[in-house]
Order: sequence, then structure tokens, then C-alpha cells
Amino acid sequence: MAMNTLHDGFSEKGALIERHWQELNARRRLYTWLGLAILAVALSGSLWFANETNAGKFFDRLPYLFDFVGDMVPRDGLEVFRALFDLPSPYDDGSFKYNYPEGRLYLTESFYIPEYFHKMLETLNIALFSTIIGMFFGFLLCFLAAKNLVANRLLRGFVRRFMEILRAFPEVVLAGFFLAILSLGPLPAVIAVSIHTIGALGKLFFEVVENADMKAEEGLRAVGASWIERVWFGIVPQVLPNFMSYFLLRLEINVRASTIIGAVGGGGIGELLRLSIGQNHQAKTLAIVLLLLITIIAVDQFSAWLRRKLVGDHAFRLAQ
Amino acid sequence: MTTLNPAQMDEIAARHPAVFHRSFWQRFRVAFIAGGFVLYALYCWWFFAIGHVLGTANWNIAGTYLADWVSYEVRPEVTIASDGAMKLTYPRFSPLGPNAEPDWVEIERGMMTRTTPAADAAGTTAKKPASMGFMGAGATLGGSAAAAEGLATATTREEEVVKRAKITLNASTSVEVVPERVTVQHAGETLVVNMGGTDMTVEGALPDWATQKTPGQKITLAFGFAGWGQIEPDDISIRRRFLGWANFLFDTNSPFHGKSTSEVISLITSGERIDPKQSNLSLAWDNILYNAEWQHLDVWTKLLQTIVMAFVGTLFAMLLAFPLAFLAARNITRNWISNQLTKRLFDFLRSVDMLIWALFFTRAFGPGPLAGMSAIFFTDTGTLGKLYSEALENIDDKQREGVKSVGAAPVAVQRYGVLPQVMPLFASQALYFWESNTRSATIIGAVGAGGIGLKLWEAMRTNSDWENVAYMVLLILIVVFVFDGISNALRSRLMGKPAH
Repeated sequence: MAMNTLHDGFSEKGALIERHWQELNARRRLYTWLGLAILAVALSGSLWFANETNAGKFFDRLPYLFDFVGDMVPRDGLEVFRALFDLPSPYDDGSFKYNYPEGRLYLTESFYIPEYFHKMLETLNIALFSTIIGMFFGFLLCFLAAKNLVANRLLRGFVRRFMEILRAFPEVVLAGFFLAILSLGPLPAVIAVSIHTIGALGKLFFEVVENADMKAEEGLRAVGASWIERVWFGIVPQVLPNFMSYFLLRLEINVRASTIIGAVGGGGIGELLRLSIGQNHQAKTLAIVLLLLITIIAVDQFSAWLRRKLVGDHAFRLAQ
Repeated sequence: MTTLNPAQMDEIAARHPAVFHRSFWQRFRVAFIAGGFVLYALYCWWFFAIGHVLGTANWNIAGTYLADWVSYEVRPEVTIASDGAMKLTYPRFSPLGPNAEPDWVEIERGMMTRTTPAADAAGTTAKKPASMGFMGAGATLGGSAAAAEGLATATTREEEVVKRAKITLNASTSVEVVPERVTVQHAGETLVVNMGGTDMTVEGALPDWATQKTPGQKITLAFGFAGWGQIEPDDISIRRRFLGWANFLFDTNSPFHGKSTSEVISLITSGERIDPKQSNLSLAWDNILYNAEWQHLDVWTKLLQTIVMAFVGTLFAMLLAFPLAFLAARNITRNWISNQLTKRLFDFLRSVDMLIWALFFTRAFGPGPLAGMSAIFFTDTGTLGKLYSEALENIDDKQREGVKSVGAAPVAVQRYGVLPQVMPLFASQALYFWESNTRSATIIGAVGAGGIGLKLWEAMRTNSDWENVAYMVLLILIVVFVFDGISNALRSRLMGKPAH
């Protein structure tokens, strides 16, 4: 009956098209609902599983959700700055909790760097240094993985798989392994983050190379340039702004990654944050969180600004 | 062949000043940037004390740890008592199980009359409560005398001891032990060590593969991948390395341990019930799941937790970021305050690191996937919200105007004018984050936020379970690659681009 009303006003061919469209639409709707149903089932299963295997149950722990706010309320507002700049606290009772000046790193007799700034610098250095290492090797590898530069499928596939493994290899394991060999310190974190960065940047780089304009390369080929000359003079100048943009993007990510690796035992500010949350030092925790927040925002803003300068609005496209 | 004359060259140079007369910065910027990187690398060398750390690193151990990833050691140990009686033992948790007699260890046994000193006899009696408890001995009349005698005088008894043991590591490497002498053969060279109770002497020079720090003391033997060993005056311990993962399916306590595949299959399909309470199949499955060394069930559960963390965290982030992005997009909600509020909220969620969220939620929910899930959810709401609102601000306005012009309600305008444009992009970005979160969920697990990260970290802490680490890494790699493939395939269908 419904079909009849739909057919009103259509010619015979129009009705056919209309019917076909209806069918397609119905099928599409079915698929959408089916997909949503699968998603809902997977989601509720996942939630149940997560709740079952968690140490505390979701609804039991919900009232405590904002307990962590209590972890961050210092005894007075100035405590945060005392903790941040390692100034003596009036609450100092000899315990580690209020002993801020202990972490000072004296450069001269009277001039010191506050502990958290020093550790933040260490984390930033881990991030920057490993991003540079990652870019260096990613740069070397990416040309070998690009379809338009290397005809040999085997070599290309090998380099690509290699980079995929570097990318997917869990950073924790790398950090833990080198921690076992090199003993404590920031170097295991540098190695772990670098190895991951080589894979990640290598992939982004070769995609840029594959999208490069080949005319310059053809010109060089016509005058008999070698492979290295063709790459260096024909491809690199085109892709360098994009490479730098990805480098900066990766730097943002690596600042976060090196904080996390630090918390796992690689030194830097992450470790201090984990310890101070664990030991319930409110002022210290808040000071570190504040410092981290400011640093991350600063790095993000700086990198966004530089990327905009390098590649224009393209800078904000997500790196995929 | 035509050549350019100088006039023509000048003309060309004049026509392209941007190419031939570049500024100082343009000409040397690559060198400057490269020089800057080199300087920075030198600074980092100093800052991280790289030279010092690399110098003091224990590189030998690195090789052993790496070999541990894919192999295991069996450790037979020969002890020589002061009277020359030898004993061959394996450590308690030997991968061969208790009472193993592998065919690469040849043993010749014989009887020997041993005189046990008085104190030793008392000690041995005390250690055997089953046969005769030392304290119980005093209570029983008959035993009392024997024990008193044992304390007073040394006992003499006939005992079966090992006369000769030959441990073969591979075709060219073997260690033969008799009470007086240890003969080691490796790579065509032979090392003979004469044992003398508390002292030992090496015959001839030491080969390259053997090291001794002080004469008469411990000799370390390195056989490469085949294993290594130590010779001490009263103790020879050998470690033979086998490629593969030991007891991957059944641990040494399992009734299926040490049986070949066909034996296990026939036991499962047609054998008699080993445990009368359950079938052999379910017993075998139980034994695999609760394998004491590999802990399959626990590893799989933790891996599933990691996957679930990434999935639920990203999905919820997408669900929340979706409506918020409409509030944040300038062109959709024409209200400066709500735009700024939502955008700053996104920035805040994104900038507070996933680590910080993870640490806080671990305090709130206790260790487990709920904490990791919430951490991913909070961070990604910020990131996805930012990306979504940027995508919304870049849409084509014509479609929206078209829908509006036929008098559609505001919701219908969004549904038919905006959504079709951005939905593929939204889904694609959510998929991308799902995939990358599967990777990053491993690492926040290590700080206690659930999943396989913590298990990995604990396995690495002990420095002896590298094969378990390898197993978990392999599982993670498989999961990451599978999800990578799924996400890439789905995204390329959504975006209509070929997958990479």
C-alpha cells in the first residue's frame, strides 16, 4: 500500500528509479543499524570486562573520582611556587614533603636551578635529541621506501616492514631492555623514543616523498645525475618544509612520550611526578603538573607557529 | 654540440637572480642547520653523559638477555665433595622438570664407601624427618642410641655416586668431569683442569674462550650461543642453551609435560582420563591456561584489557568530542563565549598529559583498565575535539545554505548540510586514534593504568624472564598489525583513498 502511494506522480521509469533508491536506502539503513548494534555489543562487553578486571569497581569508586583534586590542594597558594622554585617552606617539619630546597642544583655558590626545571630540561632534551636522531635515520630510510625512487619491490618492502616494526615495537620494552644494560638514567629513554621516532617519521616522510613532484627529478635524470644527486637536488628541496613540519609535530608527541617513559623509570620529570603523586605531596604534584602544562602548551604553540611559517595552513592537517 | 658563451651565461644569470644570487642565509642555511644539530648532539653527549654510560654498560649481559628472548638454558651442575664423591643436580625450576635425565648428559654411576663426619651425620639426620626425626629420635628408645652414636663417631656407608659425567653441548663442545680432572673441549681446543679438593691447576695455557682472574680460582668458559660454564674447585656448573621457548604449552607440573605432540593428541582424543573429574581435553586446556611459567590466561587477559582500553577510550572520546566540536566551531555556533570555552577545554584536556590523567585515575579507580580507559578518554576528547572543530570550520557552506533555503529546522541543517561532509573524516580520525592508542595503551599500563604494560614491566624487572617479554611483544605486534590493517582498510574505504 505504501509502495502505491510512493508511485503516485512518477512515470514508470521514475517509479523504478524511486523503488531502487528506496531499496538502497533500506539496505544502507540496515547496515548502519547492524554496525551500531555490533558496536554497542562490543562496547558493553568491553565495559563489563574492564570493570570485572579492574582493582576497584566503577560504581564503588565513583564517589572517589575527584579524590585526586585533594591530592593537589596545597596548604596555601604560595606553596606551589615555593615547590616550583625550591624556596624554603614555612611548614618545613624536616620531612621530605616540605623540604623543597633539597633538590636545588647549584651551578655556582649561590646560583641554582630548581630541581623541577632541571628535570623538565632533561625531559625536553630527551624529546628533542631523540626526535633529531629519529629524523636523521628516518630521512636516510624514507627515500629507500618511496615507490617513485626505488623500483626494487623487495628493498622497498623490506625497508617499510622494518620501519613498521620499529614503530609498533612497544617503547616500554625498549626502555626496560636498555635500562637493564645501561643502568638507570635518561639514555634508555632516549633510545626507546628514538627507535619509535625513526619508524614513525620514516613512514610520514616516505609518504611525502611519494607525493613529490617528479619533474625536477626527471630533469636531473635527463642530464645523467646519479641516484643520490637526483634525490638530493630534485626531491629534498621540495620535501624539506614538510619534513620539518613533521619533525616539529613529532617533537610535540615526543615531549609527552618522554614524560611517560620517564615515569616508567627513564629519569626526567615523569619520574618525579609519579613519585610525588604516590607519596601525596600536594604542593610538589601541583608544581610539576603546572610546569608540565606550561611546557607542553609552549612547545605546542611554538611548533604550530613554526609549522605555519614552513608550510602554511597545511601545517594543521593531521599527520596520518 | 652547442656550448654557451660567457655573454649567454651572464644573460641567464641575470634572468634568474633568485637562482644565481641567493642571499647568504639561503646559500648556507642547510650547513647552518646541520651545524646546529651537530652542536646540539655534542651538548647532549655531555648532558646525558653518553660516553660514560656507554663505557660502563654491561654489553656482555646484553647478548645474554637478547639470547634469552628466543632460547632457554638448562643448567646441570656437578658438585665434588672433599672425598671425591660427585653429584649431578639441576636447579629447582629446571625447564626439564624434576628428575630429568637428558641424553646429552652421560653419567656413569658407581658405589663408593663414604665416611661421613660426625657433625654432617647429625645434620643429615635432622634434615630427614620422614626416616628419623632428630627430635623424635630422642623420644624413641631404640633410635636414641643410634643418634647418640651418630653424634659421637663418624659413620661409614656405601653410597651410589657419580663416577664420571660428560656433558655434551654440541658436536665440538663437551665437558667431561671425573673427580680428579675436568676436560673441556671446544672449537678444536682442549682445556684440562686438575682438581685437588680446594685447589685446581690448569694444564698448559688457557684457550681464548676460557678466562681465569686469579690462579686456582673460578674459570669462566664461554661457548658462544651453545652456552657457558664455570669451573670452581668443588663445583662445575654448565649452562646449555637451547633455541626456542621451553614448556610453552605445558609446564613441568603438567601430566602432559615432556610428551610429543602425537602422544598428547592421542591422550586427548582416546586416552584414559588422567584426572577423573574432567576430560583430558579440558585438563590439557587448563594446563595451558594456567601454565606457571608463561601464564597464558593472564597475558591474554591483560592484552585484552589493553585493547579494550584503547577501544572504549577512543569511542567515548569520539562520542563526547562530536557534539562539543559543533559548539566549538565558529561557523556553526555563532557564539564567541561558547566557542572559546569549548576550545580552551579541548586544549586543557590535550595538554594535561595522558600520563597525568593515568596517574590520577589510577588513584581514583585503583590499578586496572578503567584508569587507562579514562586517561585515553580525557586526552583524546581534547585531541579529537580540536581536530573535529577544525574540520567543521573548513566545511563547504553551500550545502548548508541549500538545506537552510528550503526551510529546514536547525537540526536538519546539521544532519543533511554538515554531517555528510565531515562524517567520513571524523570516523577516519577516530579510527586512526584507535589504532595509535592501541600502541600507547601499552605504555600507560606500565604506570599502573591496566593492561599488558605492567606485566611487561614486571617481567623485565626480574631480568630473567626475557622469553616472556618476547612472547608478550610478539602478541602486541600481532595485535597492532592486525588493527593497523583493519583501520587502514576501513579508513581507505571511508576516505576513498588507496591504503598504504
